[in-house]
Amino acid sequence: MSSRTLYDKLWDAHHVAKRDDGSSLIYIDRHLIHEVTSPQAFDGLRERKIEPWRVDSIIATPDHNVPTENRAKGLKGISDSTSKLQVLTLEENVKKYDLNFFSLGDERQGIVHVIGPEQGLTLPGMTVVCGDSHTSTHGAFGALAMGIGTSEVEHVLATQCLIAYKQKNMRINIEGDLLERVSAKDVTMFIIGQVGTAGGTGFNIEYAGSTIENLSMEGRMTLCNMSIEAGARSGMVAPDQTTFDYIKGKPFAPLGEQFDKALDTWISLKSDPDAIFDNEFSFSSEQILPQVTWGTSPEMVSSIDEKVPEPRDFKNKENYEDALNYMGLKPGTKLTDISLDQIFIGSCTNSRIEDLRIAAEILKGNKLAKNIKRALVVPGSGLVKKQAEEEGLHEIFIDAGFSWRDAGCSMCLGMNPDQLDQEERCASTSNRNFEGRQGYKGRTHLVSPAMAAAAAIEGRFIDVREF
Amino acid sequence: MKQISNEFSGTFICLEKSNIDTDQIIPKQFLKSIKKTGFGDNLFDGWRYLDEGTLDQETSSRMVNKDFIFNNKLFIDSNILVSGENFGCGSSREHAVWALKDFGIKTVIAESFADIFYNNCFKNGLLALSLKKSEISKIFQNFNENSAQSIEIDLINQVLHYGDSEFKFELDDYKKKCLLEGLDEIGASLKFTDQIKSFEINYQLKNPWLFK
Repeated sequence: MSSRTLYDKLWDAHHVAKRDDGSSLIYIDRHLIHEVTSPQAFDGLRERKIEPWRVDSIIATPDHNVPTENRAKGLKGISDSTSKLQVLTLEENVKKYDLNFFSLGDERQGIVHVIGPEQGLTLPGMTVVCGDSHTSTHGAFGALAMGIGTSEVEHVLATQCLIAYKQKNMRINIEGDLLERVSAKDVTMFIIGQVGTAGGTGFNIEYAGSTIENLSMEGRMTLCNMSIEAGARSGMVAPDQTTFDYIKGKPFAPLGEQFDKALDTWISLKSDPDAIFDNEFSFSSEQILPQVTWGTSPEMVSSIDEKVPEPRDFKNKENYEDALNYMGLKPGTKLTDISLDQIFIGSCTNSRIEDLRIAAEILKGNKLAKNIKRALVVPGSGLVKKQAEEEGLHEIFIDAGFSWRDAGCSMCLGMNPDQLDQEERCASTSNRNFEGRQGYKGRTHLVSPAMAAAAAIEGRFIDVREF
Repeated sequence: MKQISNEFSGTFICLEKSNIDTDQIIPKQFLKSIKKTGFGDNLFDGWRYLDEGTLDQETSSRMVNKDFIFNNKLFIDSNILVSGENFGCGSSREHAVWALKDFGIKTVIAESFADIFYNNCFKNGLLALSLKKSEISKIFQNFNENSAQSIEIDLINQVLHYGDSEFKFELDDYKKKCLLEGLDEIGASLKFTDQIKSFEINYQLKNPWLFK
């Protein structure tokens, strides 16, 4: 067989049938489900009078629309009646079809893209889907992981397959050691700034090079998570010893002989040395400084030592004028002169234990700046929260003036009560700075956890390397 | 021979902007609904109204943004939306397509589309088609806020007719068939049941750790 990329191999291994029109049926190993994009899909199943094809492939949890306070009250802790109905509807569907479920009261509940890996439910070589665009996160394990729409959720429930066209192959190589306190978040934001928010449309991205190999699994998840912000439905890193060590001993991971057998397969999951990519980018780690977005698209990003750019320097000048107008920023303003109202540390991009550790390390012994009205830390799962408390991180956050919350998507998309007020400006470790994303007329600046922590202390952006 | 598809043709409205994300098409507060309908009044909610919308709210009493083209009486019956690059980027929410459809949009024309949104369109009978930058520019240039104009779509021959211009567009046969015949995708895939089952048996033998 001719040389293949990792993506080619995963595609071939899951290819069930070619359809007349050139699309394919691709077998799905793992289907993650949450409350927002699934109710209409389950209704569709019932209208057809069919059952889910393979319930052991499905994991459900509420995350998007849950409060991050009053968790002990369970469903009763949700004050908004429509939100409560949505979470209740998920629980009813789970009960009806006897699905694996991490309920609101379960310490394993959390953001679906945090708990999959944490539980060993995401494994190398898998196909993973979820009605959520950040499903690309799971590509960190050398899995083919894609966000899908609700009709596709229904299709996968009904057939265990996704109708898909093969994507093109893109590789992004980064070589060298990252500068001090520069993290995977800065790497992905830098990449998006380079390739653009549509640069990866129609591609699977494979991330490679020594910089990527040296990232922890959590760093790789952060990196793959934001592939969709570069337009790519899926992004991946070839599994290696770091991956295998992470998986070993996780609750749902294979055990003993099964693990060894799996490992034999996993080791082969990499692009052949002479595999051909349709598009390739190469960067050096030294190019990557701490990043901050200043606009309303993730590609509107600069290094911390830069200024808000002039719209006239871009081809779609009007888009940039609109963005700066929305953000209340003037061209030429130093990023370090932007003062903030809120800090959000959380989301499927940056809510894992390493994210909380680096933020706490910077915050230790410091207080929020006077101009910061509110600062939230929302761990990605109940287990991340527990681990952080065992390490005493919560005390550092609370002493600094942060609010220490329960797990969920929270202010990344502000479906729950955690939102920005109008024109409030937030340093956020999430993934999207779209208009209104974190609250009506709210202003989002995307940063790494370290940069968010430093900004919390200073009340404005500052190069975290100066700490 | 020209064969106009009336169900995808009609008057058009322009949003001359790139990277319109699904958070703009339908903001998050409306995603709390567990239905597929009722989103039309909240399409582009943040741009269309001067206040913050809530789910199940009566929209007739809300203050509208008169400068936003979707509030221009001449265009509220439009069924074609024309926009720039990377339309529908961001969240996978199919609610964005449901909102466009609910409003009455049957065709979205853009310079390019984000993958997930593009797929979601065809699952709901919405035509999404890409034109060249120069062709889109021509439509933008001639768009006049004082009179509604029409675009005719010939889906069979994949030609868009606008004034004296004819623009060819790409569309794969399956998607075309879905739109023309209202094909039931799940029903069509279930015809592969035997193949899926035999794949699954072999696959499980090779990867037993992926099965409970």
